[in-house]
Amino acid sequence: MAARIIRKIVPVSRSGAAQYSSGVRKVTLIPGHGIGPEITVAVQKIFEAAKVPIEWDEVDVTAVRGPDGKMGIPQKAIDSVNANKIGLKGPLMTPIGKGYRSLNLALRKEFDLYANVRPCKSMEGIKTLYENVDVVTVRENTEGEYSGIEHEIVDGVVQSIKLITEEASMRVAEFAFVFAKENNRKKVTAVHKANIMRMSDGLFLRCCRDVANKYRDIKFEERYLDTVCLNMVQDPALFDVLVMPNLYGDIMSDLCSGLVGGLGLTPSGNIGKNGALFESVHGTAPDIAGKDLANPTALLLSAIMMLRHLKLHEHADRIQGAVYAVLREGKHLTGDLGGTGKCSEYTNAIISKFN
Amino acid sequence: MSLLNRNVCRALMQGSYLVHAHKGVHTTAVKADKNQSSSTEGRIKCTLIPGDGVGPELVYSVQEVFKAANIPVDFESFFFSEVNPTLSAPLEDVVNSIARNKCCIKGILATPDFSHTGELQTLNMKLRNALDLYANVVHVKSLPNVKCRHHDVDCIIIREQTEGEYSALEHESVPGVVECLKIITAAKSERIAKFAFDYAIKMGRKKVTSVHKANIMKLGDGLFLRSCEEISKLYPRLQFEKMIVDNASMQFVSNPNQFDVVVTPNLYGNIVDNLASGLVGGAGVVAGASYSAECAVFEQGARHIFSGAVGKNIANPTAMLLCSANLLAHINLHPYSKMLKNAINKVLTDGKVRTKDLGGQSTTKDFTNAVIHCLHDH
Repeated sequence: MAARIIRKIVPVSRSGAAQYSSGVRKVTLIPGHGIGPEITVAVQKIFEAAKVPIEWDEVDVTAVRGPDGKMGIPQKAIDSVNANKIGLKGPLMTPIGKGYRSLNLALRKEFDLYANVRPCKSMEGIKTLYENVDVVTVRENTEGEYSGIEHEIVDGVVQSIKLITEEASMRVAEFAFVFAKENNRKKVTAVHKANIMRMSDGLFLRCCRDVANKYRDIKFEERYLDTVCLNMVQDPALFDVLVMPNLYGDIMSDLCSGLVGGLGLTPSGNIGKNGALFESVHGTAPDIAGKDLANPTALLLSAIMMLRHLKLHEHADRIQGAVYAVLREGKHLTGDLGGTGKCSEYTNAIISKFN
Repeated sequence: MSLLNRNVCRALMQGSYLVHAHKGVHTTAVKADKNQSSSTEGRIKCTLIPGDGVGPELVYSVQEVFKAANIPVDFESFFFSEVNPTLSAPLEDVVNSIARNKCCIKGILATPDFSHTGELQTLNMKLRNALDLYANVVHVKSLPNVKCRHHDVDCIIIREQTEGEYSALEHESVPGVVECLKIITAAKSERIAKFAFDYAIKMGRKKVTSVHKANIMKLGDGLFLRSCEEISKLYPRLQFEKMIVDNASMQFVSNPNQFDVVVTPNLYGNIVDNLASGLVGGAGVVAGASYSAECAVFEQGARHIFSGAVGKNIANPTAMLLCSANLLAHINLHPYSKMLKNAINKVLTDGKVRTKDLGGQSTTKDFTNAVIHCLHDH
């Protein structure tokens, strides 16, 4: 009985979320490459001004040669994320050449980040052809088309394996519904292609249906991937939370970013068993690096997502309000949004909104 | 050789039609009618598959228009459906008919998540494989007076549709673990790439964009991409460009005008087709076609059965009528094709008769009648 009461008070939360109700919370910070360091500084400044109870643990993830001889993430970074269970990451560049694993992929694997969440919301002051977009894409992040199992059977015939497991499908579906519930969303749409891939996508769909039965208060619908594409560009308001396998999620999340103004404005979070990693998904933009021209919005919004994950909703609301206000006014926009403002000016404009 | 003969015959026949059609323009419709109905041997047979959902209503609209315009095409109709297997014509009959007639108009076939026999292949896949309809071409073009967010979209999407993700090779290794095979072959990748570049040349296009995900599927999509690159070297006058599928879908919603001809493997083609169709007004206004080396099947560009509208007389027949106009051009009845296209454009430009999807209140029948009315205006 007591256990049940406790469970009611402390909902079955994602890993790490329950430990830091008191005091300062330590967060691993990975500034990344290119414009990464500048935009991370911007986020740090804003968080400091907003008096967010977060202590940054900055680590470098530039690939080093590990004991196995392969290039990979330094052990110190891994230890840091493992200890803190939560991280914020700027854009990473994977050097092209032999022996390098994608750092993004390595991080994903290391922390078993199974779900990728991207809220795409139209913001006032950002002009696109679409208004009132408010969609969250939840993407399975560990298997599917990106299983990496491929082989050339005979010369000129390649077989790529798309792997769908019940375990992974269940947990991403479960996450989507928990997310929908916690964020007061009304509807979850499973995006699939089970009419073509009847077994694999069929399994994914069945898992979604099973989980949907547990969350009766959230509306559940099933849509074909092509139908979602068609309807999304005509009327994005039809959708709320989308849950889907890896490849479809990759495509839909970028498509939705496109609706609200691009990757420079969309936050992203990766949720895993061993922790959560929030990141900006745009590139490293080496051409403008170090010139104080970068737009920190995506990383800042990701950091706000992180605050919500940590249940620091008040701080999140306050910073989010300030960001939206600055974007709405449109005076200090950076170059990518058609303004002439510098990164530091934009940052200061947001900070000035706190008073 | 037989194909050549056929084409020569058609070219000759077309000459005579041209004369008739022009007569039809200048004289009354009745006279044109007399001229054409007399030549029974000049009539062309075409297979017709109404399909599921609103398909039959749309096909009826096409038939009405053909009747009104006295187009010398006879339809060989088959009820063909996966959701209604007992009434469906056997696959062989349909395949034979299309192989014989070399052309077909097809509504959309519904593909249920489960087949009644437990088969993994859908009826659509079977038909495509039996006829080797390897290339799907969708011309996405902004139509006059159809209000959309994007303007002046004009791109051609060419999709490989006999392999890739649609190979229907799946198995459950252990309970709860399913493997689905995606097959990419050099032969088919080169074939579709060649088709795309040839088509681009034929249509006077400048650029071919290959959409892929070779950064992740290094072997499979890598092979597709390499094949496109190889073929592109044979066409030095065409610009060749590569784009990763997630970026491509983002580019389509933010700047669709940058695309000219797009060539893709199977699944990405399905995505891009629908995405692009959505930009110009939806499934009701975009025509497409599937080609094999021998025959052509004309069907809507975005394949949706629109089951919510069945029997309500509200579906937009524009896409289907455009398909039939393309069919007429394909079988060398260019004057009729032009007449039909002009009529559709006129109805759209006037904007008085609009179906529900374009923000109007008119019915399928109203639209069909408006097109028929405009046929003789020119």
